[in-house]
Amino acid sequence: MSLVEFLQQLINGLSLGSVYALIALGYTMVYGIIGLINFAHCDVYMVGAYIGYFVATDLHLPFVPTLLVAMLGTAIAGVLIERIAYKPLRRSTNISLLITAIGVSLLLENGFNWLFGGNPRTYPHDILQQSNVELGPVHSDTLHLIILGTSLLLMILLQVVIYRTKIGKAMRATSTDKDAAELMGINVDTTISATFAIGSALAGAAGVLVAILYSSIDPYMGIQPGIKAFTAAVFGGIGLIPGAFVGGIILGVIETFVTAWYSQLSGAIGFIVLIIILIIKPSGLLGKKVSEKV
Amino acid sequence: MSVSLTASLKKLGIFLAASVAVFVVFTLLISTGVINAYYKRILMTICINIILALSTNLIINFTGQLTLGHSAFMAIGAYAAAAISLKTGLPFVLSLIFGGLVAGLFGFLIGLPTLRLKGDYLAITTMGFCQIIVVAIQNIPQLGGAQGLPGIPGKTTFAWVFFCMILTILVLHNVVSSKQGRAMISVREDEIAAEAMGVNTTRYKVMAFTLGAFFAGLAGGLYAFLMMFIEPTTFNYFKSIDLVIYVVLGGAGNFAGCIASTSILTFLPEALRAFGDLRLVIYPLLLIIIMILRVKNIRVMRLVKMIGRHKGGKEGDSHAAA
Amino acid sequence: MPLLDIQNISIRFGGLTAVADFSLTMGDHDIYGLIGPNGAGKTTVFNMLTGVYTPTSGTMTFDGESIVGLKPYNITKKKIARTFQNIRLMKNLSVLDNVKISFIYQEKYGLTSAILRLPSFFHEEEDVQKKSLELLKVFHLDDKKDEMAANLPYGEQRRLEIARALATQPKLLLLDEPAAGMNPQETQELTELIRWIRKTFKISILLIEHDMRLVMSVCEKIVVLDYGKIIARGTPDEIKANPKVIEAYLGEEAAHA
Repeated sequence: MSLVEFLQQLINGLSLGSVYALIALGYTMVYGIIGLINFAHCDVYMVGAYIGYFVATDLHLPFVPTLLVAMLGTAIAGVLIERIAYKPLRRSTNISLLITAIGVSLLLENGFNWLFGGNPRTYPHDILQQSNVELGPVHSDTLHLIILGTSLLLMILLQVVIYRTKIGKAMRATSTDKDAAELMGINVDTTISATFAIGSALAGAAGVLVAILYSSIDPYMGIQPGIKAFTAAVFGGIGLIPGAFVGGIILGVIETFVTAWYSQLSGAIGFIVLIIILIIKPSGLLGKKVSEKV
Repeated sequence: MSVSLTASLKKLGIFLAASVAVFVVFTLLISTGVINAYYKRILMTICINIILALSTNLIINFTGQLTLGHSAFMAIGAYAAAAISLKTGLPFVLSLIFGGLVAGLFGFLIGLPTLRLKGDYLAITTMGFCQIIVVAIQNIPQLGGAQGLPGIPGKTTFAWVFFCMILTILVLHNVVSSKQGRAMISVREDEIAAEAMGVNTTRYKVMAFTLGAFFAGLAGGLYAFLMMFIEPTTFNYFKSIDLVIYVVLGGAGNFAGCIASTSILTFLPEALRAFGDLRLVIYPLLLIIIMILRVKNIRVMRLVKMIGRHKGGKEGDSHAAA
Repeated sequence: MPLLDIQNISIRFGGLTAVADFSLTMGDHDIYGLIGPNGAGKTTVFNMLTGVYTPTSGTMTFDGESIVGLKPYNITKKKIARTFQNIRLMKNLSVLDNVKISFIYQEKYGLTSAILRLPSFFHEEEDVQKKSLELLKVFHLDDKKDEMAANLPYGEQRRLEIARALATQPKLLLLDEPAAGMNPQETQELTELIRWIRKTFKISILLIEHDMRLVMSVCEKIVVLDYGKIIARGTPDEIKANPKVIEAYLGEEAAHA
């Protein structure tokens, strides 16, 4: 592989990785705040892609408004899922909550399949003009760069929300100690809802971006990227926001290179990387070893 | 828990007599056509799923290790049993045992490094192993690759699945009511305290995982010789998630509950067939409603208990686990 | 030969030295106390002794064998047992089953024997049942054998934890704040229980405790730990009179007494 090819693949890998990171952030935020692997998160991503599809085809809105409407729609969906399905089970065992999340996931997938049919729909190609970009000898296209740029921008915004705003402070407090946060006058319900709203909005954005990239959507499109994003979150150390970011980027890059080399492996590569990391460092890449106090 | 020989034999006798009676009733219903070929197939699937659920139960409910990749061992058992039978003409029963043993071996090899992980990390790693095994089989042309493996003789009968299920119940019941089972339960309850009382927790975690893998492999073999055709994607982690749902709805460490929930949840999609595609929406909807009601229900039960205790004093409330 | 011989064990977590140069020798049938202010490193000493942590340096021999680097369950097999500061019972199991956990490593039958229900299974299980009930009886817990451990009152949970530790047949019993959360009446009973255990089971006991009356009345020797270092050791009377101890720890305590 020549250096030019390497750099081209690297850009592709980074943009794929930044999408994984966007989805992984939602997993990691929800896990951090209520300790749940939100299986339905990958389907919120799919819902985002569908909202974007309807907005772009029926309302003929351009890229930026489409993205914003999709994010708003998925934020509402995320909050509703939490309020209806997860909240009643908040004080019960982890595994009951996990199964409910699996139920919500199946409901969204099969529900969309029933409502809109299982055939893939083609995304309107005029939503973003695709053209080649030449960075010296390296060829890339606007699409990959826009995806990378949008993802990075959203992640910077997330950092600002988490570290510079009141709700961000409440989120950090709640994820550290829910009961103590409540005693300090933080409205835990609102904070959890906000977490779901933000995480879901990021997934919705990722859904629109990926749908434009592959120009096709279907009700089960969330499963594969969902697994990979979750892997990315665990890889970086679940519950840690920088971990999701780093994990997503690394996973995207590794996947792009390995798939270019041996395409059969694309379905399993994420897991192979994950298992190697976890066996060497059981708390993830950035995670600290937390041993139980005896 | 009874530890005396006579009591144990008596229980065994009653259980076997009841099993044979159930078997005779079902056989009669099948031969008279009350249960037609279609429902007979569902019945056999239920038996296979019960073997799978009970083996998952040992790992999740008794040992407290959340695995999301148990179907991988079913896949290994199915492919190992089918392949050896097709390649060497090994008799059916030996092929089944071979499938179980290969699955058990994989369970041991996978369990040894992964069971150091806890909770969600273990869950995602086992899920990963499941996916890796599915992809691996897809890339082995000798096993039919992604197209699947056809031409497996249809040797699995109702008697086979039924009595394999009975055997599984017996073996796993004996395991959980022995010192090995007690060790597994102690791992679930408090690993640190268990180690302080001299329990080698890793040993018993791996033991549960290996035993569970063996029975999943056995179920896989039965499945292969029932369907006569197997393909890798049947065994992906969705199947594992089904198993987790069976055992969680079945209640913690409860054999009867596990058998009941597996039977109902295996039959439910068939019962909803009249709804067409909508059944795929109804099933998860029911699942969510059941989970929510379950939490409320437990609260109601506790309330009833508390009132009862206030009124009538305490009554002998025995039986903890198993 | 002493039963327990600890020489200069230290442990560091990152840059923090939690325990430095801790040494202690105990013979058969000794009752020693380990005291010190909160965070002095007392439980860390227990955790090193029971294999939860491995000391960074130093030696520990028990019954003539080194126990450094052994896993907790192997240390239990060498006959050291412990209780926990924050009671760690198997909450969802019956009182009887809690005690039976401690017999697992002493039972010899294998998995085949368990599955096929061979005679060795019945022999050993009956034996364990009998021994467990006897033990519960001497701890006055036999009438609650089928109760869930979580449903016992606090004092009985502490007692069950001691019974469970004794079921592992130790030569040395480590008690981590057994009187924590007990009222004076219960503490008085505990004092007698500890003396009685030593006499009946003929074992040594090492005790971490904040209740000075209990420590002073039951222990033959006391070691005082402050900021991970031993600042004094001696008989209860010597400790009471030691100005360093009074300054570091007993000061306020003695003023009240």
